[in-house]
Amino acid sequence: MEWETIIGLEIHVQLNTKSKIFSSALTKYGKRPNSQACAVDLGLPGVLPVLNVEAVNKAIRFGVAINAHINKRNVFDRKNYFYPDLPKGYQISQMDWPIVGKGKIEIILGSQTKVIGITRAHLEEDAGKSIHDMFDNNTAIDLNRAGIPLLEIVSEPDMRSAKEAVAYTKKIHTLVQYIDICDGNMQEGSFRCDANISIRPKGQKELSTRAELKNINSFKFLERAINFEVRRQKDILEEGEKVVQETRLYDSVKNETRSMRLKEETNDYRYFPDPDLLPVEISNELLEKVKQTLPELPDQKKIRFVAELGLSEYDADVLTSQKSLADYFEVMLENNIVNTKLCANWVMGELSAALNKHQIDIQNSPITAQALLLLISRISDDTISVKTAKDVFKYMWDSKNSADEIIRVKGLKQMTNISEIEVIIEQVIANNTLQVSQFKLGNNKILGFFIGKIMKLASGKVNPKQVNELLRKKLL
Amino acid sequence: MSLSENQVSQIAHLACLSLNEAQLKDNTQNLNAIFSLVEQLANIDTDGVEPMFHPLHMLQRLREDVVSEKEQLALFQSIAPEIRNGYYLVPTVIK
Repeated sequence: MEWETIIGLEIHVQLNTKSKIFSSALTKYGKRPNSQACAVDLGLPGVLPVLNVEAVNKAIRFGVAINAHINKRNVFDRKNYFYPDLPKGYQISQMDWPIVGKGKIEIILGSQTKVIGITRAHLEEDAGKSIHDMFDNNTAIDLNRAGIPLLEIVSEPDMRSAKEAVAYTKKIHTLVQYIDICDGNMQEGSFRCDANISIRPKGQKELSTRAELKNINSFKFLERAINFEVRRQKDILEEGEKVVQETRLYDSVKNETRSMRLKEETNDYRYFPDPDLLPVEISNELLEKVKQTLPELPDQKKIRFVAELGLSEYDADVLTSQKSLADYFEVMLENNIVNTKLCANWVMGELSAALNKHQIDIQNSPITAQALLLLISRISDDTISVKTAKDVFKYMWDSKNSADEIIRVKGLKQMTNISEIEVIIEQVIANNTLQVSQFKLGNNKILGFFIGKIMKLASGKVNPKQVNELLRKKLL
Repeated sequence: MSLSENQVSQIAHLACLSLNEAQLKDNTQNLNAIFSLVEQLANIDTDGVEPMFHPLHMLQRLREDVVSEKEQLALFQSIAPEIRNGYYLVPTVIK
């Protein structure tokens, strides 16, 4: 039977505010356990949550960026469940009146575009962390994370493959960093994703029973987890069995998903409006202000890179895929409109490769945008060849010296004096008479042999194009 | 609307309350009495009435995003049943 995969995603985005959503405690990652959990975060008696204006602003920013409906009046509810890392016994969330309503996002797969619906995005507080393997007989609780603002972005079940789910998640990941509402750090849990997956016979209209996958913290794992889960469900259905609705944990080491709870109880969170918090109203002025301060979004930037800079769709896509990468590239373009394509190639080529190899983020690149631009301008003004430039790049990476400094100290400047180059060419011709006669018999390929010899003799400090021209003249 | 004893027992379970037979009967009766009182609202014509979000006619005041809490770890942990290396300890949740 032919099956169709149905995927919906819930993405939890930690908003990068300084203080927590309902308390004035710090939100830094990696602090001493429980050192930034205040009385409000601990759920001690007598405390009152007070909403952080920046959490609201950042949620609106997201809503505006995806052209979603903003609920001018939105309400906080209590989601009730017992777990040790949730000291109050409820999580403050939004049920019926989320801050962001329906919106949509366009994803690109190969040459095709697809629209993925966003059902809603609501504000809530993060829970603390339970650490199960630190002590025998006890679970350790760290409440530093409790109360960090989250925006939960819920998609429609519009995705039909793991690839689409990854493309959608990457798109949201890029967007939240562009609009500066989240640092996007997946290792630290700032950006987390749960996937709802079901499969149905192709052509069937209604949705089948789904499983929810948790604990996915990279794009690679998202793809693998979905593919594993789809195979698992196919096997079950093809055996004539039924898929159980449950929460499953993805184990990246074993590359499998497994049931999280032995006794699955239907989730019943008994939501009700939180009496501690009043309805939030978003004024037209605030909405206007957010709209006006929204930066250029990735899609807009991509269109501009193609239209104004003449980059290919592919190049524009790569360069806008991360805000930090686009920022770097744009710094290079600030005082330079000539070498756009060359700059793009170097950023996507040598620089990205070196950053990957050394596992360094582009923000911390040892070679700054200005430094790289200087190197590239030495290629275009024929001071050095591309080949030499690659060596200079390596020296720059290690020494942090400027390209000019390295070219001067190492004497890498190309020979520009034609008579000097001609002397070398004549020498090579005189030493290789056999090859000269082959060329005269019509063997054009032998030219490469000469150029190689000449480059070697000149220690690479000649422009190959120039050598080629001069050599042909001498041989003919 | 009314609840069965089974439903009340389920809600009690979710709320981590243990009710004996007599308490279960009692609570079911009391809850159903409250529901029938509230049910009178269903007879009111609410067409064109804006839903009420909160009994107070006020809006949420927002706080500036400023960190003002000082660390009080020692104070908070002094009343915790069990702590180690700064962590709060609870019985093992997952084996």
